[in-house]
Amino acid sequence: MKERRMVPKADFRSYYGRPIVRPPVWRHDIAAYLFTGGLAAGSALLAAGGDATGRPALRRAGRTTALGALLASGYFLVNDLGRPERFHHMLRVAKPTSPMSVGTWILSAFGAAAGVAAVAEAAPLLPGLARRALPPLGTAGQYGAAALAPALATYTAVLLADTATPSWHAAYPELPFVFAGSALASGAGVGLIAAPVEQAGPARRMAVLGAAMELYGAHRVETGKGILSEPYAQGRPGRLLRAGRALTAAGVAGAVLGRRSRVVSALSGLSLLTASLATRFGIFEGGVASAKDPKYTVVPQRERLATQLAGPQSPAGSRGLTGLTGSTGPTGSTGSTGPLAS
Amino acid sequence: MGENSLYGPLDPAADAGYVDAPPRMGFFTDTSVCIGCKACEVACKEWNAVPDDGFDLLGHSYDNTGGLSANSWRHVAFIEQPAKAVPEVIDVFEAAGTTASPQFLGMPGKDLPGRTPDAPRTDFRWLMMSNVCKHCTHAGCLDVCPTGALFRTEFGTVVVQEDICNGCGYCIPACPYGVIDQRKDDGRAWKCTMCYDRIGDGLTPACAKACPTQSIQYGELDELRGRARHRVEKLHEQGVTEARLYGHDPADGVGGDGAFFLLLDEPEVYGLPPDPIVPTRELPKMWKRAGLAGLAMAAAVVVSFLGGKP
Repeated sequence: MKERRMVPKADFRSYYGRPIVRPPVWRHDIAAYLFTGGLAAGSALLAAGGDATGRPALRRAGRTTALGALLASGYFLVNDLGRPERFHHMLRVAKPTSPMSVGTWILSAFGAAAGVAAVAEAAPLLPGLARRALPPLGTAGQYGAAALAPALATYTAVLLADTATPSWHAAYPELPFVFAGSALASGAGVGLIAAPVEQAGPARRMAVLGAAMELYGAHRVETGKGILSEPYAQGRPGRLLRAGRALTAAGVAGAVLGRRSRVVSALSGLSLLTASLATRFGIFEGGVASAKDPKYTVVPQRERLATQLAGPQSPAGSRGLTGLTGSTGPTGSTGSTGPLAS
Repeated sequence: MGENSLYGPLDPAADAGYVDAPPRMGFFTDTSVCIGCKACEVACKEWNAVPDDGFDLLGHSYDNTGGLSANSWRHVAFIEQPAKAVPEVIDVFEAAGTTASPQFLGMPGKDLPGRTPDAPRTDFRWLMMSNVCKHCTHAGCLDVCPTGALFRTEFGTVVVQEDICNGCGYCIPACPYGVIDQRKDDGRAWKCTMCYDRIGDGLTPACAKACPTQSIQYGELDELRGRARHRVEKLHEQGVTEARLYGHDPADGVGGDGAFFLLLDEPEVYGLPPDPIVPTRELPKMWKRAGLAGLAMAAAVVVSFLGGKP
């Protein structure tokens, strides 16, 4: 009785090995957007912090990188559409059940704010009214963008998780932490590259905290999801995620140990940016791999069904068995004395 | 949004805001009488002007379609299996022989050449099933569509508006059955509409109309569910104990399917998920986790800039 398997073996049946859920049709544009969107969010936070604490180099780098990353994001997102000329159909509705619709509005609001903040950097080059009016608008935009940045960095995790793609959906509790940490680390990377060492202190701390969040989340995703962690460990996704982890570690080490060297700081920043890119592609491709193999759809669902059956019904089952022994009368009584005698 | 808008039993048309909606319509596909003629596949293509999906020879029994896709809204699956127990087969010749005394007339043998009485009728069976979009009560594709191209009809079905869809592709991984798909040369997402243009005029969808064995039955979902229950009981009485319904239960992971099935083996054998759950069920929990991560992110920035010296 004790040795009975509660969970079916990992062999499974399928229809000629064909996938059950459909792999996403998204191209690498979307993986790239995961990176650029996170970079925009991280940079906007860097700019706001830099401005608030009197570090102009961080402000300038953060604002311009946020705009650059935003423009790249726009390109990737529109380019990936099956009908790019209809991109504005995204703005027809605001739909709370669709993380993509929610994200469209977050990105639009963030884009407006971050755009103003970046343009305001050019105020000294402009004449008259614009030179005087832009800086306060830019400051307002900068803080608006920073307020929206955490939402921009984490909604993409909900977007991936709210699918039937097995390894993305299973990762929903930790994926936002991976993406938030990755966004922080990439923003920190921009600060380390662009700012002189005496202004880069906050960027170093941001790198450490971001890397810690990212590594914690990624570790949980890569090891805590049973069979659904497998796609993140094997093949290309596995190599990308391992590369991301190594580059993050190298970037953090460089940021902390090389705080007196501009060159080491810049290299650390580059390492953090590359790490973020590798992690995003790894998570993206891991999910795609999990959708392509019916094993990742059938086995976890079968296990779920087996637990449901075993859960509420196993006490009932044992009750049924005792009832049966009781009803057999004399045989039952000898059965019950048996263990006592032995 | 109602209490069960994301998960649980629900009348989808009413939840979508229809007042005095007609009864929910659906398909009951009884695979025990499917003969694999593929008339449904053809009728669907003809009526809906669905493009050709290529001339492929897959080597999967008689299935050269492969699965549901943007260009195949009905798909007939063929599974060849060793048969476990053949239900009792009536030998008409023997039955005829019991009423009158048989007389040898020099006619050809009653059995196929080479078949001996030691190897009775068959040692394997064919499963055939016409698959289709499930028109879920809680449809993942509909939930996540960011443009409003996918909508709930007054009949409780789910339809893509081709003039709105911008091909973002989100519906495709959101479907727990892998039904909806992007048409490559077109960019938009396509799937079964349950012939929305026919049922509005009181007509039967093309596939059900063309089905010669009533394996595909179209009608009011409540009535179909009752009919399906009786059919399973009858099959069990006849010794077909493996007959089971799939997608009929309003308490399942998608709130019950608008198109449900009678199967003769486990769902995954037909390429169906054994326990599908609409991804959106977890959406509130997902946003909570994202909110937590966002707060952690903001806190990390505050600490980075205010903590420490330089």
